[in-house]
Amino acid sequence: MESVGNLILYFVVALVIVVCSVLTVTTRQILRSATYLLFVLFATAIIYFQMDYAFLGAVQIAVYAGGIVVLFVFAILLTHQPGKDAQRIESSRRVLGAVAALLGVAVCGYALFTYANFCGRQLAQMPELDIAKIGTWLLSTDKFGYLLPFEAISVLLLACIIGGVVIARRR
Amino acid sequence: MPLSYTIAVIAIPLLMFLFLGLVGVKMDKKLTGVLGTIGMLITTVLAYGVALTYFFGADQGQMADGVRSAVVVFNPDWLSFTKTLVVRMGIMLDPIAAMMLVVITTVSLMVHLYSLGYMCDHHGHAEKGFQRYYAFLALFTFSMLGLVVATNLFQIFIFFEMVGVSSYLLIGFYYQSPAAVHASKKAFIVTRLADLFFLLGIMILSFYTGTFDFDKLVFGPEGANSLEVAQSAIASSHGATFLGCSVMAWALTFIFIGGAGKSAMYPLHIWLPDAMEGPTPVSALIHAATMVVAGVFLVARLFPLYVIEQGAMEIVCVTGAFTAFYAAAIACVQSDIKRALAFSTISQIAFMMTSLAVSSAQGGLIEIHGGHGLGFMASMFHLFTHAMFKALLFLCAGAIIHAVHSNENSQMHGLHKYMPITSIAFLIGCLAIAGIPPFAGFWSKDEILVACYAKGMGWGIWMSMVAGMTAFYMFRIYFLIFHWRQHEVHTEHAPSDQPWTMTLPLIILATISVVAGFVPAHDLVTWDGRELHTQLNWTVAGSSVLIACIGIGLAYKMYFKENELPDKLQARFSGLWEAAYRRFYMDELYQFITHKVIFQGICKPIAKFDRGIIDGFFNLLAAATGQAAYGIRRLQNGSIQSYVYLYLVGALALAVITMVCVLI
Amino acid sequence: MNLTLLMYLVPSLIMFGCGVYGFLTRKNMIAIMISLELMLNSVDINFVVFNRYLFPEQMEGMFFTLFAIALAAAETALALAIIINVFRVARKVDINQLTKLKF
Repeated sequence: MESVGNLILYFVVALVIVVCSVLTVTTRQILRSATYLLFVLFATAIIYFQMDYAFLGAVQIAVYAGGIVVLFVFAILLTHQPGKDAQRIESSRRVLGAVAALLGVAVCGYALFTYANFCGRQLAQMPELDIAKIGTWLLSTDKFGYLLPFEAISVLLLACIIGGVVIARRR
Repeated sequence: MPLSYTIAVIAIPLLMFLFLGLVGVKMDKKLTGVLGTIGMLITTVLAYGVALTYFFGADQGQMADGVRSAVVVFNPDWLSFTKTLVVRMGIMLDPIAAMMLVVITTVSLMVHLYSLGYMCDHHGHAEKGFQRYYAFLALFTFSMLGLVVATNLFQIFIFFEMVGVSSYLLIGFYYQSPAAVHASKKAFIVTRLADLFFLLGIMILSFYTGTFDFDKLVFGPEGANSLEVAQSAIASSHGATFLGCSVMAWALTFIFIGGAGKSAMYPLHIWLPDAMEGPTPVSALIHAATMVVAGVFLVARLFPLYVIEQGAMEIVCVTGAFTAFYAAAIACVQSDIKRALAFSTISQIAFMMTSLAVSSAQGGLIEIHGGHGLGFMASMFHLFTHAMFKALLFLCAGAIIHAVHSNENSQMHGLHKYMPITSIAFLIGCLAIAGIPPFAGFWSKDEILVACYAKGMGWGIWMSMVAGMTAFYMFRIYFLIFHWRQHEVHTEHAPSDQPWTMTLPLIILATISVVAGFVPAHDLVTWDGRELHTQLNWTVAGSSVLIACIGIGLAYKMYFKENELPDKLQARFSGLWEAAYRRFYMDELYQFITHKVIFQGICKPIAKFDRGIIDGFFNLLAAATGQAAYGIRRLQNGSIQSYVYLYLVGALALAVITMVCVLI
Repeated sequence: MNLTLLMYLVPSLIMFGCGVYGFLTRKNMIAIMISLELMLNSVDINFVVFNRYLFPEQMEGMFFTLFAIALAAAETALALAIIINVFRVARKVDINQLTKLKF
């Protein structure tokens, strides 16, 4: 039996996610779209905290909310005149997109409700997870070690930095 | 090997061809001609050396037991397909090959020399393509020499083709004239058709006998033609038949068709008159003296096989006899000097063919062994003498054409006064071909007639009649050109004898034409290598001279002085005259068969089928592919969003399918 | 009432659907990137909740979310750099107007 606080938190989070996701893609002002995205990301971070992955939640807030959304805002402000709305999307395109998205949701939802017998699982007890453990795992080569993806990601980030520099350089 | 230098006889023209063909363009025109002539002179001297050594040499190795045997100078493997199927390329000398070496090199040298003068305009400047001309002459000489010394059928075939090619190139030498181009195409196509049969014949023959080599097909252990060997070669077919005839008869007939194509036997003769579009010296070399006797040479080469396979020999005999008459009849009315000479050539070659064919038909093996291979000897002898005097006649014709710029008799009349040397040379040639003693033609033609009479009275009379026609039409030409009436000189360039390069060959050939009859051919070129003891058959000789004189007399009466008689006769027998003048409509018949029957009836529907259905199918495929590509091009529009849309649809479809499958 | 796995999956699914819709319909490249982020985020949630509910002793889901966040950051940074550059050249960011490299 869950605590009532937890339940309320869940419903708030779910509501925020659903509403803000929809608003993100339907609003015509791109800056608002970025703001709604920010709310979605925060709500996601709260889910991570609920799952007891405190580090992951922190990363989510720091990188996504703090980094990526700021980047978006910068990009939007650089490329748009403030207050000018985007063009209205023609309705045929909207309908097509909505149909595709709804179909996808319907198929996946149907599959979830029909086949996924694991969906009714309760939250189980989880061993204590502290930052030191995560650090050790990230840099270990054991069975649950993630050194290789870690290094791959670091190389990717390096490439990104170089790419960013090259692209942004003034010609 | 004492005769190993024979290879030089073959190699020098080849090298000359390569040299003149590759480097000649950069050189002075006259220089190339002189070089070519010098090369040919060396070749001729060597060839004479080879022939003299072979016939009279101190080395009597080839004269074992009184048999003049073939000498294989060398014979390396050229293509070894399997252990048994080996094609060799070699040089073999036997009496006819040695004789042919002399004939070819002599005439070729004369033509080389003559062309130095002939292939120039009136200011003595060499014509365009002079180097090319000499290169082709060398190529032809090489091919022809390679043909006569061939050691096997395959080699003969290869050189046969090369001779055909060089003939094609030389007929079409004036490639800017449409007539020459058509003539060269015609010659090439007709001889190709014949060569197809030749190849078939070779394949059939070698399939059953298992060899291409003459020394296995016809040469006995003594190195001379042997009927026993030929008999066993024929027997190797084990009596296999096709359509009621033995396969060997088919093979030999096919080979004869190949030879008939080259030798312009009826009905494959149609290319030869048109081939006169080539330069006149070329006509002298190729279409009178050498190439056209390749067919005769071929039959002579396989002579023992033909002797055994009498059916094929009968075909040769009938074809020859008919062609001789047919061509002589046409020659009587032709107004173009070169065409008339061309038909005369056809007729004379037919004489040789007939002579070859009758010689074996005398009643089988025993008599031939007994020394009655007269026809063979006569044929080869006539080949020799004919080459000389026909080349002479053609070269004279060339000199006349060069002087009056026309091929038509009507433009020539009365040239006797202006061109005395040419006139005398032409007269000698005419006397020789008519068979007046002591000129060359008498001796050879007389022996042909003897051989024909030996086969049967009818054959003899037929051939005697043709001989009489020969005398008539030759003297008709002679009188029309040199007498008939006074030549009207309309230009300041009165016709005259030509420069020494052109008259010297005439004189040499005229001399040969006078004395060639005294060559002891019956000792030298017999079919079995033994000496043939003959003596003049006075009845035949006398009658043939009489007939020739009648022919000449008739021609004298009709054509010596301008008179009405020819026109009257022409009007009287206008149908016949017209038919003969149009060569009995053979060309029209060919035209009809090829154009109306083959092209319209067969080729057009096939072409339609090809274009409509075969091509149409692939065009349809291409068009359908193109249209489909055009249609689906829209999918590749570069818009990420539509790609994602399609991807999504696909993924959803897969998911649905999976679920449906799980449900079922 | 218990918080089951399903209850976390449904908002995630809706988020993903919104991302798809946005990706398919928006013309602005930045808006498209935002939709992409939505989709990525929904996937991250899935990773985490599956990990937490089904295999609480293991950490794969969490770590891959971690890496996915890093990837998303890198990708966004690069994409935005490109978009800004394109804007600098063409003065527009609408995807249906940028056809210079087409065909």
